[in-house]
Amino acid sequence: MREVAIVGVGLTKFGELWETSLRQLIVEAGLRALEDCGVDGKEIDAMYVGNMSAGQFVRQEHISSLIADHAGLVPIPCTRVEAACASGGVALRQAFIAVASGIHDIVVAGGVEKMTDTLTGQTTGALATAADQEWEAYIGSTFPALYALMARRHMHEYGTTEEQMAEVAVKNHHNACLNPYAQYRREITVEDVLNSPPVTLPLKLLDCSPITDGGACVILAPADRAREFTDTPIIIKGTGQASDALSLHDRSTLTSLRAAVHAADEAYKMAGIGPKDIDLAEVHDCFTIAEIMAIEDLGFCKKGEGGKITEEGETALDGRIPINTSGGLKGKGHPVGATGIAQTVEIVTQLRGEAGKRQVSGAEIGLAHNIGGSGGTCVVHIFQRGD
Amino acid sequence: MAVPRFWREIPNRYNLIGTKCGNCNTVFFPPRSVCPKCRRMGKLEPYKLRGRGKIVSYCTVHVPADGFEDAVPYVLAIVELEEGPRITAQITDCNPDSVKIGDEVEVTFRQIREESQDGLIYYGYKFKPVSNPPSEG
Repeated sequence: MREVAIVGVGLTKFGELWETSLRQLIVEAGLRALEDCGVDGKEIDAMYVGNMSAGQFVRQEHISSLIADHAGLVPIPCTRVEAACASGGVALRQAFIAVASGIHDIVVAGGVEKMTDTLTGQTTGALATAADQEWEAYIGSTFPALYALMARRHMHEYGTTEEQMAEVAVKNHHNACLNPYAQYRREITVEDVLNSPPVTLPLKLLDCSPITDGGACVILAPADRAREFTDTPIIIKGTGQASDALSLHDRSTLTSLRAAVHAADEAYKMAGIGPKDIDLAEVHDCFTIAEIMAIEDLGFCKKGEGGKITEEGETALDGRIPINTSGGLKGKGHPVGATGIAQTVEIVTQLRGEAGKRQVSGAEIGLAHNIGGSGGTCVVHIFQRGD
Repeated sequence: MAVPRFWREIPNRYNLIGTKCGNCNTVFFPPRSVCPKCRRMGKLEPYKLRGRGKIVSYCTVHVPADGFEDAVPYVLAIVELEEGPRITAQITDCNPDSVKIGDEVEVTFRQIREESQDGLIYYGYKFKPVSNPPSEG
């Protein structure tokens, strides 16, 4: 297996981008990634693009052909990857496997979601199809409801509080203020979160990530060719992916995502490191409770102490283990299929030392944790500076 | 949606019929075709659940799924049934503020929602607090 490096990254602005279509989003992100590393279109061998549901959001399937076409890259193979909100992370893993195996050399891993061409109810309804339609959605379950069930149980077992969950949103909004690509560049307070309208209690509006349009791309190359394109290659040191039951009620626990634990174990083992070696992480904070569970599942604290270490500032930009320096899904926005790639862009930017006001000093190893649905899929990647 | 999608699940949704593995005796609801423990050694047969259990977690939905607007706020819970499986269901006939983890509940057959004035009416299970909890707990 060959070592694989990320040599270029590109993002669109995240937000309600009413003037921009799905095809424009992914092409814009791709062009920025190519400009970032000086790769020419002729050099690209293949593309893997994460997208949860263009079929529901813009009534367009077969976007693999659409993307190859509008990127001007016909006839190279383009594969659309779907794993709900983990589509981007799984696309990155597929691209990694393609390069590591020697099948392809220069590969684009992208992600895109256009979520504001439907009305809000249609958009949340489309998101709910990542849950079990027969046994969860049928009886009136929504995505916030599934995470609220996890939150309530976490509060019951570990004493996690609504204030601690609110601290996740406050921190991530703060970080988003320092990220020019973020959707919500405004500070909020714990009181703002606690007083925001109920969505599915115990989760309020400001515990939830938003509906977002956005695209993201990274360019992968064999590590021994990376210097042709960049002075600061970032090596993919570990990758792990795992599945769990689709329905929350069929899982062995409600307070941990076992797929995340399995995926993290695999990625740590492959990288030959452990949680203590990680300098910063982007984790899947689709709801505030999800970040608390993620930092526990990844081993950054003991089980049940995720709320406590958040409240104590350990996950802040200047804390022991900065989490979601980009603003996370909560602050930066969550164009579902693009999220896994956007997390990767943030880690690469940090490891290159190019994160500006939100730079974590001395960052050398970073991790990205991307969840599909309520935890039926998880993919974890570990990245390290290659110089 | 076409009617067969709902019609084929009627035994399960109306009468809480799951499956039981004859090899390891594990009961599944919703029903499964393969026992995840025994896989090809398993032997799954239909199995009717009694419909009693305890609340493992719950939440109160204020922003509903499409078609559930009239029910707001409604309590959604994961219930652990006596036979072992867990099930997601609405808790009905209750004061949403008094629901707790550990509460004993029993199944009740209810209308779940209406598609539209001319569309399908969805029926199925909800759970309600047990009126006379058994003394042995």
